Amino acid sequence: MRFVLAGQPNSGKSSIFNSVAGYRSATANFPKSSISFTATKTLIAGREVEVVDLPGIYSLTSSDTVAGPAERYLLNEPYDLIVNVVDASRLGRSLELTLQLLGLGRPMIVALNMMDEAHRRGIEVDHEELSELLGVPVVTTVSRLGRGLKRLFRESLRHATFAVSSTPPTYDREVEEAIERVKAAIDEDDPIPGVPSRFVAIKLLEGDPHLSDRVRSRAPDLSDRVTEVANHLEEAHGWSADQVVSGSRHAVAHSIEDRVVTHQSSKEGWRERADRLLLNEWTGGPLMVLILAGFFWLVFGVGQRVEAPLVVGFKWLQGSVAEQFVPGSLTATIADGLVMGLAGGVAIVLPYLIPFLLGLAILEDTGYLPRLAYILDSFMHRIGLHGKSVLPLILGYGCSVPAIMSTRILESEKDRRITAALTSFIPCSARTVVIFGLVAAFMGPIWALVIYLLNIFVIVVLGTVMAKRMKGASPGLVLEIPDLSLPDVKTLIAKTWLALKEFITIAWPLLIASSIVLGVLEWANAADSINALLSPLTVWMLGLPAAVGMTLVFGVLRKELTLVMLVQALGTTDVNTVMTTQQLLTFTLFVVFYVPCVATIAVLAKQMGWRGAAAISGFTVVVAVVVSVSGRVLYSLFF
Amino acid sequence: MMPCPIGGSSLSMMTLDTVGIKRQARVIMIDGGQKVRSYLNTLGIHIGDWLTVVQRAPFRGPVLVEVHGTRVALGRGVACKIQVDMDGVVEHLSSPTEAVEAG
Repeated sequence: MRFVLAGQPNSGKSSIFNSVAGYRSATANFPKSSISFTATKTLIAGREVEVVDLPGIYSLTSSDTVAGPAERYLLNEPYDLIVNVVDASRLGRSLELTLQLLGLGRPMIVALNMMDEAHRRGIEVDHEELSELLGVPVVTTVSRLGRGLKRLFRESLRHATFAVSSTPPTYDREVEEAIERVKAAIDEDDPIPGVPSRFVAIKLLEGDPHLSDRVRSRAPDLSDRVTEVANHLEEAHGWSADQVVSGSRHAVAHSIEDRVVTHQSSKEGWRERADRLLLNEWTGGPLMVLILAGFFWLVFGVGQRVEAPLVVGFKWLQGSVAEQFVPGSLTATIADGLVMGLAGGVAIVLPYLIPFLLGLAILEDTGYLPRLAYILDSFMHRIGLHGKSVLPLILGYGCSVPAIMSTRILESEKDRRITAALTSFIPCSARTVVIFGLVAAFMGPIWALVIYLLNIFVIVVLGTVMAKRMKGASPGLVLEIPDLSLPDVKTLIAKTWLALKEFITIAWPLLIASSIVLGVLEWANAADSINALLSPLTVWMLGLPAAVGMTLVFGVLRKELTLVMLVQALGTTDVNTVMTTQQLLTFTLFVVFYVPCVATIAVLAKQMGWRGAAAISGFTVVVAVVVSVSGRVLYSLFF
Repeated sequence: MMPCPIGGSSLSMMTLDTVGIKRQARVIMIDGGQKVRSYLNTLGIHIGDWLTVVQRAPFRGPVLVEVHGTRVALGRGVACKIQVDMDGVVEHLSSPTEAVEAG
């Protein structure tokens, strides 16, 4: 048996899923944040049930020519029951999707979620009445606290077993007539088999680009018929058919809301008061700077305090391991590489990575990111984008891969391409580790901040240039700003762990293996030839020791590797004893900007083709050289 | 305040970007293509709906509106395309909710 969770963004769908699946689905508080769907198997009353979590959608009518994954799944895949997760505090709007889902004619159940939130806003919902009006079972839940979920799944199982199909809602008379006329024509042709013809009729009248295209190619007569009916509707109402149909659904949803909801006056809580400051035209900007600066100092403060004793410990370990082997032998080299790889991971990467990931999770789960999009919208317009692009860019500070994937929240192709390209320039957590581990640790946090600001400056310049050169219009910012929320500690830890696990299971073994490989290459004097090959860049242009050549090669695999390999190549964690501050700065600048890691290149290629990915990667090298050489020259002029 | 370019189609109507903070306005027309309309529709903004302007960002930044208990940020470019009416003379599909009227 298979259940699908469908609902609007921020309806608490993912937390319902996580309650059955354990922590696997990341909630991120902005639309389409669950990019691909996740599935899990669970036991309900002794029966095995597969639960599928679809990305949050506001509507089943796509505005893109390509249907979203959620829409595709709901229309084409086999499943036994839709669990429609509805935000009780925003019933009217949520019901618009519910009404569309009812139109699919599959068995359905409504999880009336976020009842606590609704209560706080003085909203009481009569769920029995709602169930009667919708013709499907309604179960009240507070998914955040796990309340009502057992009942929800038991009820789901019961309902799915009986397989009672839902009945679509009735719209106003004119719309119904139009639907009937189109439906009659569809029944002759059946251009979209497996989907109820009434559902197809409504979508065609709404001008759904994806379905309209399909119908136009398969049944041109039907397409003409739809246009005729739509024109008729438009004449009668004075508005375009899509507005009449969605307006009619809107009216039905709100009349249901009016019947089942009672409003009481609610007191203004801390959320509203905080929002008044965070989004205020005078205080919003300064507060944003404070919040981001606080984030920066937190990562640095924690990282530095934890790093120092660990480095001392590993130095002792390195010394005592070396004593066990014959100096200069292959085994000694391998053992040393192993210790260095471990040291790089534990002592240098983790101290900065953990507070960073935790901080990013807090920013995400409090709902501050959409607010950043609001505040930065006019700034983003200056570089030819709009506020929504802030979300992928900020996520880019975590990891470029999900960040580039999240550019699909942007509506226009131009915005998506520019944002994806810019995102690959954002220092991800791996590059952050290099910035903190080298520049902040040995030159002071101010210098790290300088690198971040310089990076933003470069991105602004690149964005402006790209936006000028590329054609295409952007519809501008339309973004829901969800309520602020106190992040749940368990979710925060789970989320941080999820990201960290990726580092520990994939990156760390790679770090250790690469460290050993580099050690062996050096032992066999093979590293020298690669270093010599790269020396025009490393020595001549950047003024770095030739030994860093190999580290840059390894860095393409994972950016943390540059730091760990540097430790290995130079044979010490006290990098500042071997390299001057100027060299550290130049090296870090180059690492921050040059070629994104393999995983990022792969996701870029998926998003914009191999040529695009190759062009961006090549371009980053040029930018990296320009920035790091200018950094080197400027530093030597002033310090 | 720079005026918005109005399509020149209808009478001199107000657009959402000119509505002040804490003022309510009702949507009477959404200019622009179906794409913009459908984004607004999916977020619960339709013709006839009452919006309350909550904040206006400086430097021609977005307008934050409250509609049916949800807050939505609308860039100035989008706000320009939403023609509104503040007296409520226009015919509409849904009635304003009690909360907005009382608000």
